[in-house]
This record gives sequence, C-alpha cells and structure tokens, in this order.
Amino acid sequence: MRRTAASIARSVGRGEAGAAEITEEILALSERANPSVGAYLTITADLARAHARRVDERVAAGESLPLAGVPLAVKDNMCLTGTRTTCASKILADWTAPYTATAVQRLLDAGAIPIGKTNLDEFAMGSSCENSALGVTRNPWDLERVPGGSSGGSVAAVAAGMAAIATGSDTGGSIREPAAFCGVVGFKPTYGRISRYGLIAFASSLDQIGPISLTVEDSALAYDVMAGKDPFDATSVDLVADATAPALRDDLKGVRVGIVREFDLAGLDADVRACYEAAYKDLERLGAELVEVSLPTADYGVATYYLIAPAECSSNLARFDGVRYGLRVDGPDVGAMYEATRAAGFGPEVKRRILIGTHALSSGYYDAYYVRAQKARTLVAADFARAFEACDAIACPSAASAAFRFNAKSDPYSMYLMDYYTIPMSLAGLPALSVPCGYVQPPDASRPLPLGLQLTAPAFAERALLGIAHAYEAGTRHAAQMEPAGLAEVGA
Amino acid sequence: MSSSKIDVRYVAKLARIALTDDEVATYGAQLENLLEHVAALEQLPVGDVAPTAQVIPARNVARDDVPQPSLARDVVLAGAPQSQGAYFRVPRIIAEAE
Amino acid sequence: MNGQTYEAVIGIECHVELRTETKMFCGCRNVFGAEPNTNVCPVCLGMPGALPVPNRVALEHTIRAGLAFAAEIPAYSKFDRKNYFYPDMPKDYQISQYDMPITSGGVVEYVLDDGTRKSCRLTRIHLEEDTGKSTHGGSSDGRIAGSAFSLVDFNRAGVPLMECVSEPDIRSAAEAVAFLEALKRTFVALGVSDVKMEEGSLRCDANVSIRPAGATEYGTKTEIKNMNSFRSVFRAIESEIARQEAILRDGGRIVQETRGWDEVTGTTHSMRSKEEAHDYRYFPDPDLTPIELTPAEIDRMRPRAEDLPQHMLAVLVAENVPVKRAHQIVDDAGLAAFYRSVAAKTKAPAATANFLLADPARLANESGTPVHEGLSERAAVELIQLVAAGTIGSKTLKAVLERVWGTGESPAEIVEREGLAQVSDRGAVEAYVRDVLAAQGKSVADYRAGKTNVLQFLKGQVMKTSGGKADPVLVEELLKESLSATP
Repeated sequence: MRRTAASIARSVGRGEAGAAEITEEILALSERANPSVGAYLTITADLARAHARRVDERVAAGESLPLAGVPLAVKDNMCLTGTRTTCASKILADWTAPYTATAVQRLLDAGAIPIGKTNLDEFAMGSSCENSALGVTRNPWDLERVPGGSSGGSVAAVAAGMAAIATGSDTGGSIREPAAFCGVVGFKPTYGRISRYGLIAFASSLDQIGPISLTVEDSALAYDVMAGKDPFDATSVDLVADATAPALRDDLKGVRVGIVREFDLAGLDADVRACYEAAYKDLERLGAELVEVSLPTADYGVATYYLIAPAECSSNLARFDGVRYGLRVDGPDVGAMYEATRAAGFGPEVKRRILIGTHALSSGYYDAYYVRAQKARTLVAADFARAFEACDAIACPSAASAAFRFNAKSDPYSMYLMDYYTIPMSLAGLPALSVPCGYVQPPDASRPLPLGLQLTAPAFAERALLGIAHAYEAGTRHAAQMEPAGLAEVGA
Repeated sequence: MSSSKIDVRYVAKLARIALTDDEVATYGAQLENLLEHVAALEQLPVGDVAPTAQVIPARNVARDDVPQPSLARDVVLAGAPQSQGAYFRVPRIIAEAE
Repeated sequence: MNGQTYEAVIGIECHVELRTETKMFCGCRNVFGAEPNTNVCPVCLGMPGALPVPNRVALEHTIRAGLAFAAEIPAYSKFDRKNYFYPDMPKDYQISQYDMPITSGGVVEYVLDDGTRKSCRLTRIHLEEDTGKSTHGGSSDGRIAGSAFSLVDFNRAGVPLMECVSEPDIRSAAEAVAFLEALKRTFVALGVSDVKMEEGSLRCDANVSIRPAGATEYGTKTEIKNMNSFRSVFRAIESEIARQEAILRDGGRIVQETRGWDEVTGTTHSMRSKEEAHDYRYFPDPDLTPIELTPAEIDRMRPRAEDLPQHMLAVLVAENVPVKRAHQIVDDAGLAAFYRSVAAKTKAPAATANFLLADPARLANESGTPVHEGLSERAAVELIQLVAAGTIGSKTLKAVLERVWGTGESPAEIVEREGLAQVSDRGAVEAYVRDVLAAQGKSVADYRAGKTNVLQFLKGQVMKTSGGKADPVLVEELLKESLSATP
C-alpha cells in the first residue's frame, strides 16, 4: 500500500509515526525493489537517516513541517551536496555536487527525506529513460516496458512506493509523459515559478522543475514548498505564489475546459481514444463545460522545439570539457583532450542534439533556424492566449499511447514525436500536469497500462490548474483502482 | 532554410566532439532527417512576428554588489580531473585564443 | 621606393576591469592578487546547474561611463553568449553583449601636450565577464609556444569587464596614448575602475593601418596585442607604423594579421594564429533578463558635468594652466578637489596650479603624504596670496611651507609674527641699494668697466644689509637701474 506524502506528513507531524522508522521502511523497500525497477542510480541511505533524525528532532521541538518525514526522490540532474550527481552520463559518473539546488533545499527544509538520486535519460534528453548511460529503469506496471522520460527514475520511484514525492524536470514533457506512463501525477509549473539554480541545464528557456506524486494534493504540497523567487536564478519570477494546496476543489461547476481541435483523437489506437473520450466525458459529468479551441500552430511544436532545445543545450553542455570536473580523457594537447573527453563522455542522443544545436546557431544558419523557431514559438504562445479567452484550462492527452516496450522506437524522430502533446505548453511556458485517467491493455501487453490526461492553464494559474486536476482525480479515482502489477514481483 | 544538409564534421569540430567516420555518416543521416521535418517551419507565416526573447517577461533582474561565500579551494580542486598545487592543470594549449 | 606621405589610421579596443565588490554574475569577491582559486563558486567555475545573476553596480558603472562620453544608452539592451572553447573559460562560453550593447557611440576628447584638441569617436562600450588566467609550464620562457601544460586560476573568471571600442579616428601613437589617458582619467574620476595596466585592469589592443595622405579608403590593418603599459602602446604603434611604411615604400603589401609586441626587442612579431574565423554562434543568453531603462532612470545615473575631468580640464586650460599641469591635477582626485577649493578662494587658477604642483608636490613626494593632507586649504590660500603680493620670495616660501606642512598653522601669521615679510617697498630698497653702492665703489667701477658678474656680489651685499629681507627681484632691478645710470 503506497502512502501519500500528505498522510505521511500528517502522521509524523502528529507524532503518530517517526521519520526515522518510515525512512527505514522506504530504504528497505528501495533496496529490495531497485535491482529490478532501477529507479535509483544512487540510494543515499546515510544522508536519509541523518535527515530523518533531524526531522524527528524538529517535530519534537514543535516545528510545523509541511513535508515532515516524506520520502523524497531527487532526479539525478539536480545537485544535492555530497551526493553523486551524474545526469545519467559517463561524463559526470563520478562527480559529487558541492552545493544543493534551491528547489531541493526547500523540500529538505520542509522536512522531506532524501532517499536517493533517480535515473533519467542522459542530460534529460529523451522520452523513455533508455538514453541513460548508467542504468536501466523499468516501468513498475510492466517491467518489459519503459517508464517514459526523461524523468523515468523519478516516476518509477513514486509508482513503486520507493518515494512519496519525486522531483522531476520538464523541458518538452519530461515530467508529464513519464507520469502518464507510470500512472502518477506529474506537474510542470509556469516557467519561472520554481528556481532552476542547481538543476543541470538542458534547455535554459524551457527547463522547469516540478513534483511527481501519487495524488494531486501531494504535488500541490510540494509545489507550494518549492515555488517562489530565488535570488540565485534571474529567471525565477518575482510573484507571490498563492498556496495551491488549500484551494483544491471537488467539482468543476463553472469551469470551461477547452478541447483542442488539432489534437484529434482519431489517429490514436482505438482503446486509447476511448479512454480519452471517456475522460472528456468525465470532465463534463463533474460539471465542466467543454468548448472547442484551436491551436493552429500546434503541429509545428516538435520542429520548433527540436531547434530551440538543442541550440540551447549545445551551449549549456560546452562546459563539460574535462578541465574543472567530471570525466577527462587525456590528449597530447587541450584541444585533443576536449574532443576525446566529450566523445567518450556523451551518449548518442546527447551528441545528436549538440550537433544539431551547434548547426542551428552557426553562422549562415542562425536566422533560418534558431530565430525562425523563436518566432514560431511566439505564435504558439499567441495561440494559447487566444484559446484561454474561451476556456479556463485545456485538456488533452499527455502522450499518444501507453508505455511502449524497450527498443520500440529505434528512429530518433519517432521518439521525438512522443512529446507532440506536451511540447506546445513548454514552448509557451505554461503550467501543465498529467493526472491518471484510465488504463488500456494493448494486444502485446500482459497487464493494464496507465494513461494520463494532460491539463494546462494560463501562465501563473497554478492554483486554478491544480484545483481542476484535483476535482477530476476525486471524481474519477483512476489511480486508486489498482497498483502497478510489478510491485509484488520487485518486492515493493 | 533551403537545405537539410549538415556538415557534420565542421559542426563536430565547433562542438569539440571527436567522431568516427561511421558516426559522421549515421548522425548525418539522422540529423538530415530531422532537418527535413524541421523544414515544415518554412510554411509558418512568421514574417512580422518577434522572436520570443523571454518566456516570462521580466526586466533588469540584478543583484546587489554584496559578497557571498565562495567555495573552499580544497572542495573545488577535489573534483578536478587534474590539479597541481592551487591550480587546475590542463595539457598544453596549441592555438592562441581569439 | 616612393616618396609618398602616409597617414596612420588607428583604432583602439580595450578591456577595463570594473571596480566592484563582487564579480559580474556571482557574489565572489572581485579583488586582485588573492591566492589562486580562492574567490570561486559554482557560478564562476561554470559548474553544472549554476546560473548567472548580474551585478547591479557593474551595470550602473558602465552606463555612467558611457554617459560621461556622451554615448547613447538604448532603451533595450541584452546579454548574449559568445561560444568558444578555451581552458580559462569556465563555461566555454562568455557572457557578453553582441548586437544590442548597453552603450553605443560617444566621443572621447583629449588635449595633446602642445595644446592641440583632438577627439576620437567610440563605437560602443559594452559589458562582459572576464576569463580566468592561465600560466604555461614546461617551456623555458613561460610562453604558450613550447609549453607542455598550462595551469589555470579562476579568481579572475567572472570579473566585470567593460569593452571599449573606438572608431579609427586616431592618427598617431601620441594620440593613442592621450586617448587612453583620457579614458583612464574619466573612469578613475567616476570610480568605475582603477585602470592599472600593470594589474591587468586595463588591457588594450590597437588596430593600425596606414594610407596615402589625403586618401579616404582604409589600408589593410593589423591588430597589435601584448602591450603592457601606455609607454609600450606608444612604442608598439610607432614601430608598427614604421614597419608598414617601410613595406609600402618597398612596393610590398600589408598582411592582415595579429602581431604581438615584444617589449624586449622593441618590435612586433606575427602571432601564430589560425586563419579560420571563429564562429562564436552568438545568441541571447536565456538565463538573463534584458536591460530596459526609462529616460528617467538613465538620467538619474548621469554624471554631473562638473564632476567629469573633461570639464575641469577645459576650465583649467581656459584659465591658462599649462596642459601638462592641468592633466596632473585632474589625474589626482584628491589634488583636484583641493585645487578647486583653493582656486575658488585665490581666484588665480594658473598661479594656484603652478604653486600646488611645485613645492607642495615635491614635499608630498618626499613625505608620502598627499598635498591635500599635508597642507590645509587656508595655508595654501595664504601662501599663494603672500607670493602674489610680493610679501615673500621663493626662499621664504619654501621655508614657511615646510613649517606648516602637516600642521594647521597659518603661514600669514608666521610671516607676520617672525617678521619674515620681505621688503618690497621701492623707497626702502632704494635706500639699501644706495648704501651698498656708496660703500662698494671699487665694485661699481668694475661693473661699469664691464665686469657684469659683480652684480651678484652687490646683490648679495644688499641682501645682507637688509638682513635678507629685501625683495631680491626688486634689488636686482634697482641695482641694474642705478648701475647703468650715468654717475
């Protein structure tokens, strides 16, 4: 029985349970399950115990901690002092972070217990977690399938009960898509709401940290703790973040939900289509008014994203050069050292993106590629702005299918298409989340696989968005229907 | 944006990544495939539109000129692939900087 | 060999480290000479996950520097990433400004020693971060060529840097130095930089070309680097102009290249440079917000004209203070402020300038105490007035100055109390002269017979008779008068 963060924090806060004992249970479960699930690259047992002791002291002293004793999984592209922080890459395989990401620190200050660092697609580039150079993560619902990516380890950890909250990062869908694949809630706030200081950058104008959890309420609690201006991140917004957890609603009366004309479900597999159509009907049943909206430039999202993100990443990853930290492969001169180090340290997807990104920024191509893509991005944002004149939130699939098998997508571009539904919201910087909306069992699957409904709202409307998501979750209770089939197998 | 051609060797040099001939061929094909898809952007009427300069508008974010703690040198050099005394050490530099 | 006259066309590009407490994008201390790799943090080391946040004071310094030279401050400017790999680059990109710098245009005015007024337009002054510093090991001379390895110190990485680019309006090595001194003078006066070439807070390169006198097209230019002082800037530019002239006179062509100045041999040599142009792939830095300023915000940062050295220089020169002295005063902030308050009281600018830069400057040098600390304003004013009135001569001046230096005493009181005033009354001095001439008949005769050097002896006698108080200038004048008058 997987416990929510809210229930753990309540128990520990009331003195009904100690953070230390909960931590031991989670560590034992994680040690049992991790060899099969592979959610964690590093389990930080000593650190967890030290934090648990401290939390128990603070609670005993009367401190009120919103996340007291909550087991936390940290995606391994986020720095946590003293822990191996690898980005699932050989180039950082042995790097120990000397500082902690602001968002992570806020969670720890609120009483969360760091259980370990989770696996991801290398440098957050991927949609299946198969691009990790350091480990394999399996979907707890079906160990022969991917958990999604890039935050695959984080969602698997929560799905398997190896953590109650996980941090993920989302650049084009890396929280939402894997959350859908693993039947959990994954939330990406408005760009700028959560500090990126300490998040190892992939694409600076798109990256956002967000929570992953079993319930919408848990994500709201974690978001409330993490959000807010950080002086160490110039792009973090200086806006008061109204607490979202107290504003969770149970019905959707008076809410207008936009259904995107261009996101026609006709192209999806029949059972997937049926599941989403049912989800839309559930929204109506709960009181929402469905309105058709249009995002004419949605189809250009993937092309736009796969110019902007690689361009920024080609610059962000230049620092991995063997000089100051990380892997070094020696050479007769520093130029040769750079080339050998980066050849050995980066995996194929990372190399592909650095190459295309460098090309898009290079002389003679900059205007045609990078600038043009940034203009397309303006159009995408304008589409959403227009759509939100007619509705309060937009509902659509988080992904076109349920989790696929390992090695199912051998062609890079077919993998990029997994982000089709999630990329437009990233380009516009909007808050978006995935909430479980049902199950399918494709012919080649031996057990049910979860699907996720994506909800998105105008910039800074986290309160409204989480409220709507909570109402949907309360009114459908999909996640509560079953637990991942793999849990028994892995000893979770 | 007329061509989906990419000079992989030139770009790999700019990006300081050594590639084998096989990789040049493989990545070249994969990236040209991507560029063919990207060519769809030519159809978008972007003429008068301004490129997104910032996702969330803000201006003049700056910090006060007040010292913050630096990292301890032993921590800094502990992660260095090669150090010598108080310095980071690298193989010889051949070309002059710009 | 042709007999063509050539004119030199010179542009200067310099990097000026700003005087701030902390670095451009992080809170590490900005201080010269610290132990290597001690003023570093995740941001200026380019560690994974670190982010830049701009230093507000660095932004203001640069804007004020631009305004001081009448540059335009645009309503919108931004930071861009300049991407290239080098071991002293923590991120392998430098945060700089490409096409929308924080200042553009402007003009630097300067006066040459002979009083000629010149000016050089600025293209821009923009803001960027400095790199770390590398030293090279394993070779005999510490240079890159022949080295086996390099050692890198990142203390300097991230220090705020103004890059100042001039138009090619400069026409001689002397002008180039005057231009740099004018830059330095203003930056120091504004407090934005120390501008010390020897500490690396000013680094400059020169673009030099020549063309036939009267031509409008530019010749091929070379870039000169590695000049470590204003003097080497002067020598390097002169050397390069001569080198280019020799080539053209011989019928050859100038190769566009980068040349390094060698202080020891006094020549420039071609630097082994890769001819491929760098593709820096500039793009706006997504980690930073743009700089958008309203006219009101810009105005608040505008330096007052009277605080700028150009202003004070113009005033001094207009008041007939010699150019070199004017520069000396303006270049010393404490002295300049002192000069201003003293001259306001004496209403004799040239005399004040000349006075302060003579004996008081010498004393300041010897004692290590600046003029404005060794002398009180009142003392300076009185001394100048006493000399102007003829009350004391130079010998007494020196003596009284030494007496009041470092004390608050009043020179006028001392002169009065001790009867140090010289006798300048014509009648009184005439009386002394008469007495001496009467007593020195032989000398008088000698003088009239042609031995004019006797005058000094007679003068000495008059001074003795007057107890040293006669105004020596007047004594000499009256002696000559009397001696040349027919008996």
